[in-house]
Amino acid sequence: MTEPAAGQDAKPEPKALHAVPDATPVDLDAAFRDSHVQEVLDKLDRELIGLKPVKTRIREIAALLLVDRLRKGLGLTAGAPSLHMCFTGNPGTGKTTVAMRMGEILKRLGYVREGHLVTVTRDDLVGQYIGHTAPKTKEVLKKAMGGVLFIDEAYYLYKPENERDYGAESIEILLQVMENQREDLVVILAGYKDKMDRFFQSNPGMSSRIAHHIDFPDYAPDELVAIARLMLEEQQYCFSPDAERAFADYIVKRMKMPYFANARSVRNALDRARLRQANRLFARPSVKLIKKDLVTIEAEDILASRVFSDGVPDTETPKPSIL
Amino acid sequence: MMTNTGNRLTQGQFSFLPDLTDEQISAQIKYALNHNWAVGVEYTDDPHPRNTYWEMYGMPMFDLKDPAGILLEINNCRKTFPNHYIRVTAFDSTRGVESPRMSYLVNRPKNEPGFGLARQESHGRNIRYTVHSYATDKPEGERYTK
Repeated sequence: MTEPAAGQDAKPEPKALHAVPDATPVDLDAAFRDSHVQEVLDKLDRELIGLKPVKTRIREIAALLLVDRLRKGLGLTAGAPSLHMCFTGNPGTGKTTVAMRMGEILKRLGYVREGHLVTVTRDDLVGQYIGHTAPKTKEVLKKAMGGVLFIDEAYYLYKPENERDYGAESIEILLQVMENQREDLVVILAGYKDKMDRFFQSNPGMSSRIAHHIDFPDYAPDELVAIARLMLEEQQYCFSPDAERAFADYIVKRMKMPYFANARSVRNALDRARLRQANRLFARPSVKLIKKDLVTIEAEDILASRVFSDGVPDTETPKPSIL
Repeated sequence: MMTNTGNRLTQGQFSFLPDLTDEQISAQIKYALNHNWAVGVEYTDDPHPRNTYWEMYGMPMFDLKDPAGILLEINNCRKTFPNHYIRVTAFDSTRGVESPRMSYLVNRPKNEPGFGLARQESHGRNIRYTVHSYATDKPEGERYTK
């Protein structure tokens, strides 16, 4: 390529630290309003229950990006901050849900251009024979550019027991792009805490290139009930007051049983309650139904669960791997 | 009279303009991506106008959202073939169209010797004309090296 024609790159030259007087006024509030960040944060607060550390971190990132934009406006250098993240936490704590939001949030903040989310697992990155991995990984990276690359169960990428595994090659390419094209894409790794810790131990380079390690805490029982209410609202159902109390009991009992997966268990429980509700409505054909019957989950729909009668979760077959 | 000083190859879009900058290339790619066209990178060192099918540098890129990925491939191709012609094509797969919608050069050799007009005397006093690229006198891969 020849050099760009004269006058084409008229970017303001970053001035020295003291070129702008120290007393230059800065309108942070206006910048904040213009960016509509508050909308995004409010939406996050509304739609995601709990997750304190996650929200705090997102707010911090938003603040940093805003300040950077103001600095750029004054001609101060503002290097693109590294926003690669690692989400760790137990099953069902909302890692994927937050990752989905991240694309939109970062787009609003002007950090990524498109804000789409590309979700991949080991299969999409690692090839099956020599020379297959690099093109495959690059393909995925190209697709994710301008948005967020979400690598679910990232610890499967590296299999220490098999030294000829191609996962290492994939990690190498990932690292290179994460380092060199920081402004083009954001990589989010997700996985269970202990396994991710082991993964980072064997890949120290990966750990140090990720600026934000965010741990997703388990939900408290009342948070889970709030989540259930939100989920039902989305599906246009609601709890009767009795049902809500029954569900709170259900959650407390269910949390003590094996294979509890936070919000995911809540969703499954609600799906089963809807089944029972439909069945209940069918079982009494003589009664005239009204719309309220169709949308209300009653206490009996919840109390029929085996959690109450037998003290076992009514998941059909508990699988060895935590779902 | 020399109509094309510098012997710059004029094929595809924008070829009479100064070379596009990376930013301009990105903007053009973005336009193609917005139309859901598959963008591909191709190269050749045989610039004859009838040489339609150039070598592909990797696969055409489907499902991309952002030009950065394609620009990356373009730059890789430039690094591999600094003295070849490189063009970006955008293929429209809409039924009934199924042909390239865009095609423009993103890299040229440093020296473009251009084309000569070759005359062939055929039967009678007829003369057949053809263009001949000076560069193709050398074997493939060695053209444009010096």
